[in-house]
Amino acid sequence: MKAPERDTLSPRERAIDALGAYVVEVKAHEVIIEIGAMPILVRTDNPEFLGILANRYGGFVNRAAEPIFAFDVEMAPPGAVTDEEELRVGITGERWVIERGDFHAECDLASGKGRIRQTANPYSIDAALRILHSLLLAPRGGFLVHAASAVRHGGAYLFAGVSGTGKTTISRLAPADATLLTDEISYLRREDSGYVAYGTPFAGELGEPGKNVRAPLAGLFLLKQGPENRIVPVGRVEAVRELMRHVLFFAHDERLVEMVFQTVCDFVKSVPVRRLIFTPHQRVWELVN
Amino acid sequence: MPELYIARSRKIAARELDGEMMIISPHDSRLFNLNELGTLIWQAADGATSLESIVNEKVCAQYDVEPSEALRDAEAFVRELAEHEILLVSNQPISTLPSIK
Repeated sequence: MKAPERDTLSPRERAIDALGAYVVEVKAHEVIIEIGAMPILVRTDNPEFLGILANRYGGFVNRAAEPIFAFDVEMAPPGAVTDEEELRVGITGERWVIERGDFHAECDLASGKGRIRQTANPYSIDAALRILHSLLLAPRGGFLVHAASAVRHGGAYLFAGVSGTGKTTISRLAPADATLLTDEISYLRREDSGYVAYGTPFAGELGEPGKNVRAPLAGLFLLKQGPENRIVPVGRVEAVRELMRHVLFFAHDERLVEMVFQTVCDFVKSVPVRRLIFTPHQRVWELVN
Repeated sequence: MPELYIARSRKIAARELDGEMMIISPHDSRLFNLNELGTLIWQAADGATSLESIVNEKVCAQYDVEPSEALRDAEAFVRELAEHEILLVSNQPISTLPSIK
């Protein structure tokens, strides 16, 4: 906020100005949410919203992290924020504008700054964060994918499929020694050591935010329900086709589609993708690992 | 019969996987995969070599096919790819250099 010119100050303002160092400026509240080892700073001057953020992202808050992106949140009064019903995206260079009925967000990937205008609710910021992560992951060889994931014996197993193929079922069948990361949206990053799966707070049907853990990818399966439990290898071309259907695409930007395509092709060259045909019985996990 | 020239579209992204060409048309996210023979023709589509030369020199050399039949099949193939805008087809050589603005 710019300091007002001295001769335009009201008597009250002049008094506060004179107090100088004794005046405590109300600072905006900040929280750093770290998902996939990418910390994002979210700034708000609304304490109620800060509470919403702490509640929703609790396990993913990291005060010590150095943020790679900063989001300023502007609170809107209750009611629709934009006229858009569906998610709409506009892109100019590195600047993305994302709108939905409940929020208006802008992200400048070049400067690492963004802002979002929304009412005090967790869903809008959640959508904006998912989108931002997709944008940050694509050039880094990572992606968000419709898949359940769980860590067992130190390795992460991903189970990809569209709604109804059994992601929630396979998650429910996971043995006690498996740590469930998510039953809906999995997060993969390519690192020097290989692909790594991360837990995220993006909840699915099971309604619980995933655990903030990471593990090297041990297997990726395409789910299919069938009369018996069996694993079938999948050719790389078919793997690319299927994965492209399961990767989260929130907008049709040609550069993004191309980046994700390259990412998925790189992925299948280094990770064997297999089909898991399974019956809804716990013994399927003996086959997985 | 007029000569046909073919050139790969620059508006697509392509990767080779296990001898097959995977091509994505980012404007509609459609994925295509070409078998070995299709990949051969695709890789030779430089805009300057006629389809007939490609068929005679590359296709017939590698596959035991009759040249005129191979050319007919190749023409049908390239026209299909052109319909999906992943290949350019013309009666004239196609410049693949960016135009000077």
